[in-house]
Amino acid sequence: MSGALLSVEDAVVDLPTPRGNLRAVDHVDLAVGAGKTLGIVGESGCGKTMLSRAVLQLLPKKARLSGRVMFDGQDLTTLSAEKLRKLRGRSLAVVFQDPMTSLNPVLTIGTQLIETIQEHLELDLAQARQRSTELLAAVGIPAPEQRLAQYPHQLSGGMRQRVAIAVALSCEPQLLIADEPTTALDVTIQAQILDLLAREQQRRHMAMIIITHDLGVVAGRTDEVAVMYAGRVVERAPTPALFKQMRMPYTEALLAALPKLDVPPHTPLPAISGRPPDPTRPLKGCSFSPRCRYSAGRCSTEKPRLSPAETLEHLYACFHPLAAGSGA
Amino acid sequence: MMLQVASDPLMQVENLVVEYSVGGKTIHAVSDVSIEIARGETLGLVGESGCGKSTLGRAVLQLRQAVSGKVLFDGHDLTTLKGEALRNMRRRVQLIFQDPIASLNPRRRIGDIVAEPLVIAGVRDPEERKRRVSEVLSAVGLDPALVSGRLPHEFSGGQCQRICIARSLVLNPEFVICDEPVSALDVSIRAQILNLLEEMKARYGLTLLFIAHDLAVVKAVSDRVAVMYLGRLCEVGPSEQLFARPAHPYTALLIEAIPVPDPDVRPTTSVPVGEPPSPIAPPSGCRFRTRCPRADARCASEVPELRVVAPGQFAACHHPLI
Repeated sequence: MSGALLSVEDAVVDLPTPRGNLRAVDHVDLAVGAGKTLGIVGESGCGKTMLSRAVLQLLPKKARLSGRVMFDGQDLTTLSAEKLRKLRGRSLAVVFQDPMTSLNPVLTIGTQLIETIQEHLELDLAQARQRSTELLAAVGIPAPEQRLAQYPHQLSGGMRQRVAIAVALSCEPQLLIADEPTTALDVTIQAQILDLLAREQQRRHMAMIIITHDLGVVAGRTDEVAVMYAGRVVERAPTPALFKQMRMPYTEALLAALPKLDVPPHTPLPAISGRPPDPTRPLKGCSFSPRCRYSAGRCSTEKPRLSPAETLEHLYACFHPLAAGSGA
Repeated sequence: MMLQVASDPLMQVENLVVEYSVGGKTIHAVSDVSIEIARGETLGLVGESGCGKSTLGRAVLQLRQAVSGKVLFDGHDLTTLKGEALRNMRRRVQLIFQDPIASLNPRRRIGDIVAEPLVIAGVRDPEERKRRVSEVLSAVGLDPALVSGRLPHEFSGGQCQRICIARSLVLNPEFVICDEPVSALDVSIRAQILNLLEEMKARYGLTLLFIAHDLAVVKAVSDRVAVMYLGRLCEVGPSEQLFARPAHPYTALLIEAIPVPDPDVRPTTSVPVGEPPSPIAPPSGCRFRTRCPRADARCASEVPELRVVAPGQFAACHHPLI
């Protein structure tokens, strides 16, 4: 993992709850290089958002994090609050699912952009204003000059997400984390926002992490994909390799459960029975085993380790992986 | 009527117009929509947020007052019914909402929640109510003995949606409107609920209006699909035919924008930039023209009527793709 811009090493996030300890992230290793895009896929409660918050050092106060988060040569877990604040927004930017909660409703778009730019870059007001206008134009907002004076509520959801992306890009970050950036948006707007993120990522040679529950979103737009289940990474591979040959039964089941356009109506969907385990009651064996149709023997008593398939880049955690060449 | 495709229509919506005012401005939510749903059919209704699809669903149930138009259910015009007559008719029509957790009263027990429609309908005998509740809870895959005494917060989103489905079935309705029933659910749970809806439809002989923004989800369950944009119908047709050969440029755009879980399929870049205009001041003529690559002067001056483009398939476009 040397040479990676960001590497998460053996990260564990524990949250105390009234029902006992909740292990949100369970021994996760991940890395993303400059100019690369990593997709993190999983369902609600799988720990994908907690993992991104661990990277940003924005975990809830009660949460305990162990492991290392190496970003550009420094361990973020050891940095002071002041240093972290300088880093976030400057080199480390984030776009959240709901742009209404990430933008301040009582400040104009212009104020929010100019504030961010002046906080991190040595620019005077006129320069910051100029840069804000350029950024809004770059993210596809018509009449950017006029928009600076508007408030978030005056824009549509898609336009607000464009503004949130403009704020995130304002200081030329090295890494952009997009946490479900299009889940709140309509399908035509989703396509536009994903195109915009991909274009800016390439133009700026940024590293990017896209967090989503939709395998369709990561398929054409990422270099590598990590699939999470119950706090752990259960499969990780370069995107083409993953879709060509899924090894982890959960990944396959997740893909199979998606309704397909090329299947006739009223075809029963191959649903995954049951639901994810209670995170405060960890299972001894593989967390997916109670729902897995290949589960047998030690699956319920022993946790499979994340280990390489044919190539070192393709990792999976399963005792009964899908056979190579069987087709997903 | 143009859209008389159903030989035995259970629900007929005729020239329905729904408007409401917000801050002195009129929102044209549903403009002159006509559609029929045959007995035993599932009609999918798709469109982006704000296109009027939920308003149409509510107007069918008379939860929103229509400005004009008719809603004929089994031959009776619901828009003219009042009081007891409307309540009796409504028992035959039920609604399932998007957010299953928000649609259940957090302080009431599951058994009481599912029995409530029976109480309102005047089923006095507690044993009879209990029998009906047990039957529908079992039908949706829940154990009545285990769940009846529990509260909604003890259940996951998928289980809450099962409870909502059970409640909608307890009065033996003929017609169920499902408004985005799976969009708040995770992928693995979504498939379970879609399969359950199909099973319930077969078991209870239901007719469904299935409203959703996700085309793949709609296709999975619908016999026919209607596409809505800014309060108007763009296209109606048999599911497979419509997806294979869309006639309206908007339908084609929606299909193209779906992310495909296959890295060999490059995301298309032909999705036009721009967003739907405001329903307060919809564009003249064809409402899609401001985002349409095929639009010309005629599209601005003349509202396109729904016309036959293929057997059973209708599109409202001056320049259809087929």
